[in-house]
Amino acid sequence: MQAKKRYLTLFSAGACLILLFCFGGIQVPLSRRGPSRRDDHSLTGYHPGARWRRFPGSLQPFSSWEHDQSDDHNEHISPRQKRDANSGVYTGKRCRMDSCFDFSLCARNGFKVYVYPQQKGEKMSESYQNILSSIEGSRFYTPDPGQACLFVLSLDTLDRDQLSPQYVHNLKAKIQSLPLWNGGRNHIIFNLYSGTWPDYTEDLGFDIGLAMLAKASISTENFRPKFDVSIPLFSKDHPRTGGERGYLKHNTIPPFRKYMLVFKGKRYLTGIGSDTRNALYHVHNSDDVVLLTTCKHGKDWQKHKDARCDKDNTEYDKYDYREMLYNSTFCLVPRGRRLGSFRFLEALQAACVPVMLSNGWELPFSEIIDWNTAAVIGDERLLLQIPSTVRSIHQDQILSLRQQTQFLWEAYFNSVEKIVLTTLEIIQDRVLQHTSRSNLMWNSLPGGLFTLPQYSTYLGEFPFYYAKLGIKPYPKFTAIIHVVTPLVSQSQPVMKLLVAVAKSQHCAQVIVLWNCDKPLPAKHRWPPTSVPVIVIEGESKLISSRFLPYDTIPTDAVLSLDEDTVLSTTEVDFAFTVWQSFPDRIVGYPARSHFWDSNKERWGYTSKWTNDYSMVLTGAAIYHKYYHYLYTTYLPASLKTMVDQMSNCEDILMNFLVSSVSKLPPIKVTQKKQYKETMMGQSSRASRWADPDHFAQRQTCMNKFASWFGTMPLVHSQMRLDPVLFKDQVSILRKKYRDIERL
Amino acid sequence: ESQTCQKRRRMTSGNHCKSSWDASVSMYATGKYSSRGPALIPRMKTKHRIYYITLFSVVLLGLIATGMFQFWPHSIESAADWSLDKRSVHDAPLVRLPVSSPIPERGDLGCRMHTCFDVYRCGYNPKNRIKVYIYPLQKFVDELGVPISSTGLSREYNDLLSAISDSDFYTDDVTRACLFIPSIDVLNQNSLRIRETAQALAMLPRWDKGMNHLLFNMLPGGPPDYNTALDVPRDRALLAGGGFSTWTYRQGYDVSIPVYSPLSADVELPERQPGPRRYFILSSQTAIHREYRAELERLKEENGEALLLLDKCSNLSQGAAAARKRCYKGQVYDYPQILQESSFCVVLRGARLGQAALSDVLQAGCVPVILADSYILPFSEVLDWKRASVVIPEEKLSEMYTILKSIPHRQVEEMQRQARWFWEAYFSSMKAIGVTTLQIINDRIYPYAARTYEQWNNPPVVKWSSVNSPLFLPLIPPRAPGFTAVVLTYDRVESLFRVITEISKVPSLAKLLVVWNNQNKSPPEESLWPKIGVPLKVVRTKENKLSNRFFPYDEIETEAVLAIDDDIIMLTSDELQFGYEVWREFPDRLVGYPGRLHLWDHEMGKWKYESEWTNEVSMVLTGAAFYHKYFNYLYTYKMPGDIKNWVDAHMNCEDIAMNFLVANITGKAPIKVTPRKKFKCPECTAIDGLSLDQTHMVERSECINKFASVFGTMPLKVVEHRADPVLYKDDFPEKLKSFPNIGSL
Repeated sequence: MQAKKRYLTLFSAGACLILLFCFGGIQVPLSRRGPSRRDDHSLTGYHPGARWRRFPGSLQPFSSWEHDQSDDHNEHISPRQKRDANSGVYTGKRCRMDSCFDFSLCARNGFKVYVYPQQKGEKMSESYQNILSSIEGSRFYTPDPGQACLFVLSLDTLDRDQLSPQYVHNLKAKIQSLPLWNGGRNHIIFNLYSGTWPDYTEDLGFDIGLAMLAKASISTENFRPKFDVSIPLFSKDHPRTGGERGYLKHNTIPPFRKYMLVFKGKRYLTGIGSDTRNALYHVHNSDDVVLLTTCKHGKDWQKHKDARCDKDNTEYDKYDYREMLYNSTFCLVPRGRRLGSFRFLEALQAACVPVMLSNGWELPFSEIIDWNTAAVIGDERLLLQIPSTVRSIHQDQILSLRQQTQFLWEAYFNSVEKIVLTTLEIIQDRVLQHTSRSNLMWNSLPGGLFTLPQYSTYLGEFPFYYAKLGIKPYPKFTAIIHVVTPLVSQSQPVMKLLVAVAKSQHCAQVIVLWNCDKPLPAKHRWPPTSVPVIVIEGESKLISSRFLPYDTIPTDAVLSLDEDTVLSTTEVDFAFTVWQSFPDRIVGYPARSHFWDSNKERWGYTSKWTNDYSMVLTGAAIYHKYYHYLYTTYLPASLKTMVDQMSNCEDILMNFLVSSVSKLPPIKVTQKKQYKETMMGQSSRASRWADPDHFAQRQTCMNKFASWFGTMPLVHSQMRLDPVLFKDQVSILRKKYRDIERL
Repeated sequence: ESQTCQKRRRMTSGNHCKSSWDASVSMYATGKYSSRGPALIPRMKTKHRIYYITLFSVVLLGLIATGMFQFWPHSIESAADWSLDKRSVHDAPLVRLPVSSPIPERGDLGCRMHTCFDVYRCGYNPKNRIKVYIYPLQKFVDELGVPISSTGLSREYNDLLSAISDSDFYTDDVTRACLFIPSIDVLNQNSLRIRETAQALAMLPRWDKGMNHLLFNMLPGGPPDYNTALDVPRDRALLAGGGFSTWTYRQGYDVSIPVYSPLSADVELPERQPGPRRYFILSSQTAIHREYRAELERLKEENGEALLLLDKCSNLSQGAAAARKRCYKGQVYDYPQILQESSFCVVLRGARLGQAALSDVLQAGCVPVILADSYILPFSEVLDWKRASVVIPEEKLSEMYTILKSIPHRQVEEMQRQARWFWEAYFSSMKAIGVTTLQIINDRIYPYAARTYEQWNNPPVVKWSSVNSPLFLPLIPPRAPGFTAVVLTYDRVESLFRVITEISKVPSLAKLLVVWNNQNKSPPEESLWPKIGVPLKVVRTKENKLSNRFFPYDEIETEAVLAIDDDIIMLTSDELQFGYEVWREFPDRLVGYPGRLHLWDHEMGKWKYESEWTNEVSMVLTGAAFYHKYFNYLYTYKMPGDIKNWVDAHMNCEDIAMNFLVANITGKAPIKVTPRKKFKCPECTAIDGLSLDQTHMVERSECINKFASVFGTMPLKVVEHRADPVLYKDDFPEKLKSFPNIGSL
């Protein structure tokens, strides 16, 4: 107790002392400052270091209305003349779409791209070959230069390094002799490498005139905003189509990997681009920040080698690049000789968040990609701060950055085709202006290549953004019944189907697509329904027409039906409520599966009852109307023609399409009855389904489709969605979807 | 025993389980208080109490005194302020510019942040915020005493600088500043003497070739050619300009800002609900070039009433009042009120690209139709103008009507809302404009801490209702790593061992983690535990809290977690394995067995918990549920409000809290798998406790209401489906099914 008291006394004395000090401490400076303040009173607030404070009283406004009036009123020259004048002034390095691009070429036929015919004897790199064939395979391609809005050279301009074996000589003369060159107007030139040792300038070695550049490693100084396109540097092994998926398989928590930050690459002893790489060893700690450089490059590196070379080289050999790439949270991407390096795409694919150290690099597709969501943009001048910067990044942000790398990689970078298409889509967006994609369409799933603004510029009309906008899809659907046989009796399945579907509380409208050779039946022959029934006479009678984006579809959801499908109102109701939770997928009833047939080395198709599925038949399925548009415009004519000729596989193609967009399996829901060949199989099509040729065709289709997509987009699922009380041992009266269980 | 049943009661919820629930609570209560608080006060002796009171009053007095002294100097200063408030801009010190005073170079078009901006001045700071210094006001005159500017400090620039000095960016320490803002007003180039203004800039003490200096200009250029950027030579200074064209704008260096409209402050336009308006297109600008006016007239002829084409009123005298009126054929309309009557409002370029009318149009919630080729839209570096405006090339003016008609109604409504939000957030005052500009520059310097697209572009309504799932990538993780089962247990060893033995049969189990929540008793010896094929770890907790089950233990190395109670032995191996398979398809959701529902009780006017076997599901019980480990982290560190404490205090509702948390962040419903409706509690079934059942239901309902109020919304989503194996109950040989033994109710 005594001791305690003593402490208390001491404590209170201390408190008093502190208080006294406070008094004094405030008084002293006050007395000192007082007079001096009064001295320069007139200047208080003006000396540097004084707080800026608002000036009281009324001041003049910065502009007056009358002033503007007199300024503006019709004094300026005709805006049309002014526009024309611009195109004369702003050329070359100051080119913009407004001054160097002829929009009128695109007005007539839309955005079409012409590729010059290849000349014999011209050598062409594989990469450029891939670029050209990607364009030729795209929906933008036109073989007629008269229809074209954009022109692509067949002369390889990818590698403009004079020392490179791929370098094409006399390009200047060759280009000038092209009859359609037109000073480069509406041309796009692809380039990966420019300049050479020692300074690696961005000069291509020929006059590009008014042409746009799609160039890798382009610097912000040379980049003409909204005119050029910055593309990523890709290697000659980059696949033409399909492309590898990202390496991320798990979202591990906490998201930190073995290393925090890694780099492994050359550093240059001579020439430009070596400053940053030479300084990396300052940050290297051989623990979780592993930045390795080697001096070994070129033949005579030893001539130039510096004091650190040997040490660096030994350290360099201790680590395996792949191992580091997969096991690091962040990957450093410092500039090399040129601003861009291969490290960038490698890191992106490996879900290793790129840390950019390349001042002045206009990042790939920077016009549309918000790189802050997928990379850390560092400053070469602040190299020493990089470790603390990346350490300060919160784990939630790492998780999100990492997922975004994967999304971007798969959406825009993993094949030459994607890179080329993205380039073309960017230019198309500029040309069409008011029908272009918003930032959100480019930067969120499924990405700009799958969201076509020609369908709608409103995010809410796509199946992908409901959650992001906090809205819901329209709570009704439109049924489209595909009819191929004539109407003979009132008891025909299609009649029953029409009545059952129209009875659904969620049904807004029924569209009958009359793809039958017989003339349209009279209106009164259709059963009376409470919702409007619209009969559309198919013009082509082709099977693909069932997936046309008809203007008469007023809802977001489409229920696609074959004429012989047997469905009850309850089943439809339930499927639609399920679809509302998964608006970006196909929700259907009978399911099919694919598998890899390793004997035949090809994809196999099965309609057997299996424990999993990867497709649902679109003879009875609900999906978003947007997929009609995608099917019609996104898919190449070759696949659609194939489907139309066989009158088969349209459902497989639709499943391929939707899964390649959503990267997810379709959803199978409960169906009431199950026949041998599911619900299909009463009338005309019974023969079709039983036909072995029919089955063989579908097998062929699978493989054709997979080769066009460049990969197998289908994904398996092992579950089916049933009503919550499905077949449970509880009173049937409790159940909302009773009919599904009744046979 | 009591603990057992209390816990079990929670699991079985609607089921029959009666035991001494109250007793268990009181047991906790006494346990808690005996070790802490209550003993302290009585032990204090009177003498000490007096002492404490004295000490307390001394400290209090001291504080008051300090407070007074703290306040006093301030009052002196504010007295000085008061006298200073009489200060006016005329008192600013006069600076005479010699004729030969140096002139800065014209702005370098090649300037970028990495070439013309000294980033070292900004340094590394944990707040990731730049420091901005404002030069004191000086009055610059030439040798003849003529001021460099006809207006001097304008009202708007005064507002702008004051707003910046009140913001977090401001510093009065010139040595710590990263960005410098001159007090020389260059908002309107017309009021400036170009050469002298440039000389004045160069005389600023820290000018240093304009490095890290920021100039605000809204009206650039002058007759006859109206340059689109400020003509004052300015070395490397950054320019926040209103009216940049693509040829003068240095992307990533300059900032494009709006032209402030004085009407923003003068006129209050209430926000209108988005929807169709009386007119479809409205043109209200007065200084439209005659060529364009002719085209607009032509459009009006074609489309009639849908267009309203206003001009200034010829019969009204000039002046401020005239600015507020517009006329059409002698009919007078109030401006800007009339803007609210139209869906789209035309904003055409004048002599300059930037038009103050844009601000008025946005304020009115009218969708701007911008016709100004090569114009860099205000703050376009961060704002997504496609969602708030329609940009049409000047050449296509004649097609305007057709283009606008093709825009879906829903989109027009969203644009109207977005337009108004842009005005409120970024246009409405000089403060908004100034702070936004600084924020944009700040984001460039600290890009890893930059504001996101959503933060910039989503209006509050959308921010509230939208979700950005943290696990947004559509990944179906491979089966191989399996899942980690986390068993929360207190002392029911026998039951625990049974659970362990049962779960160990599940093929994809990777690890078993037992969370031993009993501090008074040690877990059984290692040798007594069941022998299973996967690693088994026991972690002991410091306190008996329910939230311990959701802690993101380092021992959990898989993404998938199976939370399971120590009495859940009824789940079959197929059932669990299937649950895991479903989770793989929905890794961002809770995947559980018995489902529960929340309902709105109209009589009581509040939420109600429902455990009846309904057709709908909005929650799954976490007595056995799969979910992503991320949600453990979220539950432990990011649970809003005091929900965690509430759960620990009530020893209940941790599962409801988890359901709320996941639904709130993902916007998705949980997935109920298999027919399972309840977790049977074999020992308890004998006793039927209806009353207890009800208190339980009341408590759970209370939880829902509490959580909904903390979240500020009801995040739970109701669905009508559950997941079953593809061939569930199908007429198909059982042995060929992957999950034949899927369990019962």
